[in-house]
Amino acid sequence: MRVEDMRLDGNAVGGVFADLFGLEMTDQMTVCASCGAHEVVACLEVYVCSPGTVVRCRHCHAVMMCIVEGRNRTWLDVSGVATLELRR
Amino acid sequence: MDDVVQETPRVRTLQLAVPDWPGHRAGQHLDVRLTAEDGYQAQRSYSIASAPEQELAITVERLEDGEVSPYLVEELRPGDEIELRGPIGGYFVWEDGDNRPVLLVAGGAGIVPLMAMIRHRVAAGSTAPFRLLYSSRTIGDVIYREELELLVADDPGLEVFHTLTREQPAGWDGYARRIDEDMLREVAFPAGDGPAVYICGSTRFVDAAADGLVALGYDPLTIKTERFGATGG
Amino acid sequence: MSPIISRGFRGRRRSEGPEGRVPPGQYVEDDFPVLSAGPTPHTPLEEWDFRIEGGAQPARWTWDEFRALPSETITKDIHCVTKWSKLDTAWEGVSVDTLLDQVEHDAAYVLAFSDGGYTTNLPIEDVTDGKAWIAFGYDGEPLDPEHGGPARLLVPHLYFWKSAKWVRGFRLLDEDEPGFWESNGYHMYGDPWREQRYWGD
Repeated sequence: MRVEDMRLDGNAVGGVFADLFGLEMTDQMTVCASCGAHEVVACLEVYVCSPGTVVRCRHCHAVMMCIVEGRNRTWLDVSGVATLELRR
Repeated sequence: MDDVVQETPRVRTLQLAVPDWPGHRAGQHLDVRLTAEDGYQAQRSYSIASAPEQELAITVERLEDGEVSPYLVEELRPGDEIELRGPIGGYFVWEDGDNRPVLLVAGGAGIVPLMAMIRHRVAAGSTAPFRLLYSSRTIGDVIYREELELLVADDPGLEVFHTLTREQPAGWDGYARRIDEDMLREVAFPAGDGPAVYICGSTRFVDAAADGLVALGYDPLTIKTERFGATGG
Repeated sequence: MSPIISRGFRGRRRSEGPEGRVPPGQYVEDDFPVLSAGPTPHTPLEEWDFRIEGGAQPARWTWDEFRALPSETITKDIHCVTKWSKLDTAWEGVSVDTLLDQVEHDAAYVLAFSDGGYTTNLPIEDVTDGKAWIAFGYDGEPLDPEHGGPARLLVPHLYFWKSAKWVRGFRLLDEDEPGFWESNGYHMYGDPWREQRYWGD
């Protein structure tokens, strides 16, 4: 597996997020806390090949979110997201 | 799992009967989770191949080093149960009612969600112009080949362009190389037509196609992308 | 909700390995999987340095200075928290003792930091006394960027997320401070033999 192909997009975390938020998340708007870029979740960079899933801004590549699924619990770090819009 | 269609030697479509299935939109996917008797679990995402109007089906490519795909393509039998989550996706979807011309760009198994869109277009009787540029390694790897030929013959609003990157049959008159800007320029709608674009395949494929279209003047906001991992499998 | 057992599904053939070599919950892997949390950094060697901060004086080695230090070949088993273990991996590197010996300090902990922003924390006694290296070679070759080259931290007795890829230095600390994964659910210490994967383990 080539390293370049390990970067996916926010479609890959659609299922995890739907479970956590109870909403379809791929088309929800996010604002990067590092550079202010607005992108929907589907357009973020996602790395799933690691001890957790890391979601990065596609403009400045800063970490926006980190998801770790442990036994019976999930850790979600969204400190790199300034704002998340949730349309129901 | 209800029924099976062998699409190519390595690719199979699985028809699924899901109790209380809420329906889905063309372009969405399912997460499939397998649990072994010892509790070991593996999970992968697969695009839904069927139109919302059809019976639910996913198409799975057996990956060489895969962990889940060999099971789904070779072991799973009608009557077996699998665990699903979905349908998932609100961005990479196309729905009848959107009358813009649509350019679909597929790399390998990336054809699956785009085929759901094509099937939905047909089932809904949409007249939105659709063009598909589909990259495969060899003619034997082209998924849904006959169905695409039939649909194209029936409907001038659907055009399909194939490129075979590794090997071409004798007398092949389609493209015979990786997608590049020249090919996109020949196939794509003029940017001024305001088309919607859906690109699906590996990250490298999607990035190259998207960059190519932007270089041709396409508005990046109209280009929707879905990247498959080789983590799939 | 109990999961549906998939008839006949076994997953990849997973070897449990020789007795006593493989920590609980791990399986033996022949390949060397690449786990990536972001783009691979590419720092040119002319710009590379290794720094130790927080001691009596800051210490710094350029690539040439670093490579002039005594180094050794070590063969170790490594254990990734994602459950694969790889036995008898061969590395070439500079012992962390060689670097820390040149810094006057009384730190109890280190925070290793890397290109790309990754960090991980360790007690000082877990990177000294021959337990840790800054590795620049793997399997007889220069360390590949996708595996952390030009140099990575190597701390084989702990879960491999502690062996920070693309390492650029240490910050010496009086108190333990969680690094990247440790802030996100992973264990502060990470002993594979006690299966310390997550908080609270």
